[in-house]
Amino acid sequence: MDLRFSADDEAFRAEVRGWLDTQLAGEFRHLRGQGGPGHEHEHLDGRRAWERVLGAAGWIGLGWPRAAGGQGASLLRQVIFHEEYARARGPGRLGHIGEHLLGPTVAAFGTDAQRARVLPPIARGEALWCQGYSEPGAGSDLAGVQTRAELVGRQWRITGQKIWTSHAHIADACFVLCRTDPASSRHQGLSYLLVPMRQAGVTVRPIQQLTGTSEFCEVFFDDARTDADQVVGEIGGGWRVAMATLTFERGASTLGQQIGFAAELDAIIAAARARGADRDAVIRQRLADAWIGLQVMRWNALRMLAHGERGELPREALMTKLSWATWHRTLGELAMDVLGPDAEVTDGAPYQLTTLQQTFLFSRADTIYAGSNEIQKNIIATRALGLPRGA
Amino acid sequence: MRFAFSDEQDQLRRALRRALDDAGGVAAARRAMASEVGHDAALWRVLGRDLGLAGLLAPEALGGAGLGWVEVVAVMEELGAVVAAVPFFATVALAGAALQVAADDAQRRALWPTLARGDATATVAYLAPGADPGADVVGAAARAVDGGHLLSGTLRAVVDGATADLVLVAATDAAGDVALYAVAGDAAGLTRRRVSTMDQTRALAELTLDDVRVAATARLAAGGRDVVARVLDLARIALAAEQLGGAQRCLDLAVDYAKVRHQFGRPIGSFQAVQHACADMFVAVESARSAAYHAGWAADQDLPALAEVAAATSAFCGDAFFRVAGDTIQVHGGIGFTWEHDAHLYFKRARASRALLGAPASQRERVAHHLGLGVEATATAMATAPGT
Ligand SMILES: Cc1cc2nc3c(=O)[nH]c(=O)nc-3n(C[C@H](O)[C@H](O)[C@H](O)COP(=O)(O)OP(=O)(O)OC[C@H]3O[C@@H](n4cnc5c(N)ncnc54)[C@H](O)[C@@H]3O)c2cc1C
Repeated sequence: MDLRFSADDEAFRAEVRGWLDTQLAGEFRHLRGQGGPGHEHEHLDGRRAWERVLGAAGWIGLGWPRAAGGQGASLLRQVIFHEEYARARGPGRLGHIGEHLLGPTVAAFGTDAQRARVLPPIARGEALWCQGYSEPGAGSDLAGVQTRAELVGRQWRITGQKIWTSHAHIADACFVLCRTDPASSRHQGLSYLLVPMRQAGVTVRPIQQLTGTSEFCEVFFDDARTDADQVVGEIGGGWRVAMATLTFERGASTLGQQIGFAAELDAIIAAARARGADRDAVIRQRLADAWIGLQVMRWNALRMLAHGERGELPREALMTKLSWATWHRTLGELAMDVLGPDAEVTDGAPYQLTTLQQTFLFSRADTIYAGSNEIQKNIIATRALGLPRGA
Repeated sequence: MRFAFSDEQDQLRRALRRALDDAGGVAAARRAMASEVGHDAALWRVLGRDLGLAGLLAPEALGGAGLGWVEVVAVMEELGAVVAAVPFFATVALAGAALQVAADDAQRRALWPTLARGDATATVAYLAPGADPGADVVGAAARAVDGGHLLSGTLRAVVDGATADLVLVAATDAAGDVALYAVAGDAAGLTRRRVSTMDQTRALAELTLDDVRVAATARLAAGGRDVVARVLDLARIALAAEQLGGAQRCLDLAVDYAKVRHQFGRPIGSFQAVQHACADMFVAVESARSAAYHAGWAADQDLPALAEVAAATSAFCGDAFFRVAGDTIQVHGGIGFTWEHDAHLYFKRARASRALLGAPASQRERVAHHLGLGVEATATAMATAPGT
């Protein structure tokens, strides 16, 4: 049992920290803490420029295999980077979906040509991607996808509708799960297509969220095109590829997020002390419980990481999404209770939410996207515990 | 980074598991429940002497194995899995912690070898009537007299207190300092009464001290002011591991049963309500595991933040085991409500354990204090200052 980071890893941490501190002191200073969940619409130009700076310094694609142009960094190092990024209050990442969802997927399933075409622009911080999975009729039950694609000559022609697509309004391209075998149903006959967003056949309509802002969109494909060789994995074998992406989404990139959570909790604790809300024993209990929950998530993450160093994440990693989403949503509720009557008052009209209001409202999404809490529990019950599937 | 046990530690665990299985597992605890002393002395001879668990923490020079809290955690997890009724927790975790952090060299040499050989058992008595086990320790009253001390008072919830050969009694002296005093189990003026308890797998006693006289050298106070608090924190970590072991076994029982019990023509484990209950139990158990293992490591590192780690781990594992044990009864339906089924042994153990060294709420209050919350309001109610 040795839960310390190695000297090499600590040196890496120092390097990341030094770099971020320097970069975020200069021209990008005003981006610190900007653009996180609930603030996705803020400082878009600055954050695009910031992605390029990250890319030029080689920080994007840290965990991709070397053969795919990445650094092959260990899971631990990737987490260290995430932690330092959160500690430095780095701007909300516009390139997250490309780097952490599509990148590893293409590295694992793509052809050499696809890797060469797709990965370098992501690594340079230039290409922004979005994830086209959910549809009006296919959310948790993703196998119900109806969007169709047909190969006509040397191009796919895509028709259908996606919904809740984060960043679709700013993305250059989308990885779209669609049905390429019209006679198929459920998990069969699906393919994973890479589709440019800026074309006549694609219409994006931002959806206003309960935060008042628009981070996700409806995306309409009306005879949209992409080249024949833009299928990742087998034609008709898209389900496997799509599931792999979800594993990346639920796995490594979330193990280092306790640092960011700690900053949120600190702000709530400070608010409680400043307002005297901590005179209330129930509030004290809830704050302590939040702190304990955060420590436990940290210890869980260290355990998964140490295990992950020796190969695959263990089955216990299946609880990661459920744990953090539930913890964060509870924290949002606590934040409001700490503020008492002031919880209602926004920063201004028309609907300028305070940071804690953002935490409260946006955390409602945490238990829905990337597999809702209920879906996570289904997964734990059947995969980790081996219980029989429901009828 | 390594968040796992070493091969040697795994071997120890396997040997212990085999010995517990040989003794009949939970059946051994049931036998002990019905016994006069309330623990399984024969099993303890096997574990304490043959497996060397009695001397786990004692330095090699004193006849022990010179191991640490990571090993204690592994052992407690295994013992918890079968609600074992043996004096390991009292003798090794509680008294061992006291000898480790509160005794000077001479006291260790005098007290530890007998315990390490498994020739005697020991415990710590600290809870005054009406006191919160999670708050400041007052213990009995100590009065310095010529060449020694006189101890008086009543102490409750003393684990294995009616049978322990050595009792380390927490007491406050005239100057307000709390220390531990080594008292022989048969000392004059000491009355011990085993208390009938809802959880029958851990024997508790009430001790009354009426001017019990001990020598000056019997005062264990090497570790400074907060030494008793530190002893209890180490014991909380051991107890958390026991809670983990019990919770894991409950989850196993529930999941195994959910796979075979059929209702409405299908296994109950295919019903989502049952599945989600089991998934919640899984999250609780695996999180408790991370917490308890981490805490064992932290204890060996002697981290300054050990008080917070112990409080957090204790609160979390105390809640986790109790909830999981309750849900285990629920998943079993009627059979889970019987004396014959083991579920109630875990449920009652979970209930008792979560109060033994301070309820989760009082541990959370310590955490709140550490976070600077409610400090003015509760300054006097706080248990121990963090960073001991
Ligand atoms: C902020 C945000 C960003 C998002 N970004 C993207 C994105 O970029 N790309 C993308 O493709 N999608 C995205 N989504 C969509 C997200 O993946 C879906 O919302 C999610 O999969 C749930 O699907 P649904 O909304 O259709 O709800 P439904 O699937 O209809 O679920 C409704 C309720 O029923 C429950 N439920 C459903 N099935 C079961 C079951 N089998 N057992 C028990 N309960 C069940 C759910 O848990 C939920 O509580 C985003 C969502 C949010 C909120």
